[in-house]
Amino acid sequence: MSGRAASLACEISGERHLIRDFKRLSASLAVMSAIALAGCADTGGDADGGGETTASGDVEVIRYDANPFESTYQPFESGVTLIRGATVFDGVGGEMENTDILVRDGRIAGIGQGLEAPEGAEVIDAEGRYVTPGVIDIHSHLGVYPSPAVNAHSDGNEVTGPVTAEVWAEHGVWPQDPGFDTALAGGVTTLHVLPGSANLFGGRGVTLRNVPSRSVQGMKFPDAPYTLKMACGENPKRVYGSRGQAPGSRMGNVAGYREAWQRAVEYRRSWNDYWEAAEAGDEDASPPTRNLELDTLMGVLDGEILVQMHCYRADEMVQIMDMADEFGYQVTTFHHAVEAYKIPDLLAAHGTCAAVWADWGGFKMEAYDSIPENLALTHAGGACAMIHSDSDLGIQRLNQEVAKALSDGRRMGLDISDADAVAWFTSRPAEALGIGDETGSIEDGKRADLVIWSAHPFSSYALADNVYIDGALMFDRNDPDRRTIRDFMLGQPGEGDY
Amino acid sequence: MKNLLVSLALAAAATAPALAQQTIIVNNGRVVTNSDRGVIESGTVVIRDGDIISVGEPIEFESDEVTIIDAQGGWITPGLFHPMTELGLIEVGAEGSTRDDAADESGFTAALDVADGFNPSGTHIDETRTEGVTRFAVYPSTGSSIIAGRGALASSTGDFDSLFATRRFMVVDLSSSGAATAGGARTASWAFLRAAIEDARFYPGRFMAHHEGDAIDRYDAQAMVSAVRGEIPLVMMMDRASDIRRALSFAEQYPAMRLIIAGAAEAHLVADELAAADIPVIYDPMRNLPDSFDRLASTTEGASILHRAGVQVAYSTAGSDLYFNPRLLPQHAAIAVAHGADWADAFRSITLTPAEIYGVGDRYGALAPGYAGDVVVWNGDPLEVMSAPTTVIIDGEVQSMETRQTRLRDRYAEVVREGAQAYRH
Repeated sequence: MSGRAASLACEISGERHLIRDFKRLSASLAVMSAIALAGCADTGGDADGGGETTASGDVEVIRYDANPFESTYQPFESGVTLIRGATVFDGVGGEMENTDILVRDGRIAGIGQGLEAPEGAEVIDAEGRYVTPGVIDIHSHLGVYPSPAVNAHSDGNEVTGPVTAEVWAEHGVWPQDPGFDTALAGGVTTLHVLPGSANLFGGRGVTLRNVPSRSVQGMKFPDAPYTLKMACGENPKRVYGSRGQAPGSRMGNVAGYREAWQRAVEYRRSWNDYWEAAEAGDEDASPPTRNLELDTLMGVLDGEILVQMHCYRADEMVQIMDMADEFGYQVTTFHHAVEAYKIPDLLAAHGTCAAVWADWGGFKMEAYDSIPENLALTHAGGACAMIHSDSDLGIQRLNQEVAKALSDGRRMGLDISDADAVAWFTSRPAEALGIGDETGSIEDGKRADLVIWSAHPFSSYALADNVYIDGALMFDRNDPDRRTIRDFMLGQPGEGDY
Repeated sequence: MKNLLVSLALAAAATAPALAQQTIIVNNGRVVTNSDRGVIESGTVVIRDGDIISVGEPIEFESDEVTIIDAQGGWITPGLFHPMTELGLIEVGAEGSTRDDAADESGFTAALDVADGFNPSGTHIDETRTEGVTRFAVYPSTGSSIIAGRGALASSTGDFDSLFATRRFMVVDLSSSGAATAGGARTASWAFLRAAIEDARFYPGRFMAHHEGDAIDRYDAQAMVSAVRGEIPLVMMMDRASDIRRALSFAEQYPAMRLIIAGAAEAHLVADELAAADIPVIYDPMRNLPDSFDRLASTTEGASILHRAGVQVAYSTAGSDLYFNPRLLPQHAAIAVAHGADWADAFRSITLTPAEIYGVGDRYGALAPGYAGDVVVWNGDPLEVMSAPTTVIIDGEVQSMETRQTRLRDRYAEVVREGAQAYRH
């Protein structure tokens, strides 16, 4: 009885093999990361068919709407809250004892000792407890590989061609994934949902507030930049090579990227030429034919869409950075980056971050050199490093994953403070998602995305007691009414049990 | 007690052969015994000729003849026992040539024996050992049949003699994936299993004239006999509560057989019945998602419910994996504690209980005289993710803490000129 390989691709979310069934305890591989790009740059407004026409002199100038699926997120109602007496990790290297945090209008309005409670403020006694910024996961497939992991829900890889920059993860996100509920209980306030890694260009990723909503638009982080998921290595060449298609090797991977980037360069040039001519009043100027795939790549070349690239091996990351230089873009973050510890100097020189697991590996050759010191060693080597989950289980305890990485680093002699390590699940991913001005740290004026932990967040026994998003209490461990239950779980065994 | 321990240790030293240091004293730590001694806040464990001979109060000891390991105020525990791994069967998940877990194309079922494929040199065994796991069960995966074959028990020394019990349990998949393997529905799985059991019950008589049975053939039926007689347990892989109830009625029909339920994501819904039937479960406290229709009721509270009901529970790392990250066993146990389980119950679930489930609870999983000298020294609470072993002892031998991963770590500990890495070894 076979057909196993086929079912695997559908059943497995995340890069590692999860046990979706017992037929094979460890699935022979999960492929999954892909990317999609889409989008376009230099556009604004909306119009029929997504295009906007403006007049320049007597000549119409056509631009397409860059954001037709705009965020409709509205923060939940919140009052004034004073969290009192906590040990506060601010997410940017600070640890402050016995400290109060004032929240007003969904923003951080004060941090200090002995803050006065404004009239009508709700005062939370957090003495003996710990506060961090809300957890941010830069690599999640919640919604696109949701629970239950049935075939009908497998929406994270457009495995019909290696270059699918035109697909967008948000169009596959099922907002009723119960995994959002359990992630919230783990303190996750913001997450970045990507297409899988089957393709060279898997499509666009989307950054979400971890709030319940009937639509994905109601979860989208307002004004967060789009991202482009790309993938190195074994997955694309295996998926397509096994079908006798390109790419069938790492050579084919790089050829595939470069061919697409070259088309994007030419596409961008033709649009720029068109806009320049039309704005100059050239009546003969006619717009290029719109190409949704190249819209996304053009957005990267314009610096408006951030590249989030699945890549394991050091040597491949080095080649990808050369390719980015060739076409004039920046890789924002290498994801998984199991061998980042081998090249912290080169990552630092390129200003490219690494988002990694604490200790996953072994599931394929390119993950074979995984070491638990990867995160700490990459950080200590001067590169920007952070944790990620790529897992609906791991996302529930990214604080613990950071704790493991930190302790492994310390045992090899690296001197890294708790407060610096908190940045690995807060400000670092916020920066790498282009939302660092809004969230990821506890600083005046930032969104009040906060977690009150029952104990030091690096303890195995710490749980998120309260989770705030934009100042609103979205989860309270001690209040069954203050926990979300997605539609799917209503009337099911286990409803409301996390 | 102090004097007695000193004299025991001295006697060991005095009679030890010249070559090997056969006595180890682990001193100055918080000793978790898993015995009626409970936790000894500052204690000592003495190992002689591979076995524990004494567990007790701290002692002063000086001698060149014994190895003294100072726990420096850390914790001293039995080695962890992982109840369900594929260690030694899979080196690289995606590379079929490195895997011996599932005999996909084989016509054999019960006769399959993981000992034939187990490779103690697998690098992940070292990585598991240095995280404190000293013993583990090796599981076959299902291939062409729902009956996966027979599993074994191993130590994590990585030595060629590290399999210490083979053909120790039989594995059958009765979940939704098993249903797909058996013919498309759970009805097919159970019919196949019952027919296979009947084939074994009437072995060899049924096979006098021909070698085919109703479900399995002669050679497999022969292998199945020990499970049918209850000489080894039959491990049923299943999660759904209704499947577990089916297993409970099966147990009534076949009272001689010994069952283990593995997976067991919804076992907490059937906790009292499992306790009454004395059927142990292998369960991962981390798996709390309704990621399958077999597991809609999964919850991190499950472990504590099972413990309260008195079910014998061993924890696994199914939610991480079973061949690269069995080393995360303490983190999985800690999740149970964070969600209501007693620390002592949780720790027992990764030490003594797994040993008991496989019938070796008198040798492994506790610190008491007569137990194997499997001792781990930790720099703190072993369930804390920031703790780690400082010393691992198996059968009275201090183990290497070096792994392929530590070699890579040391090679890349600092940036050196291009190419110079290859000379760092």
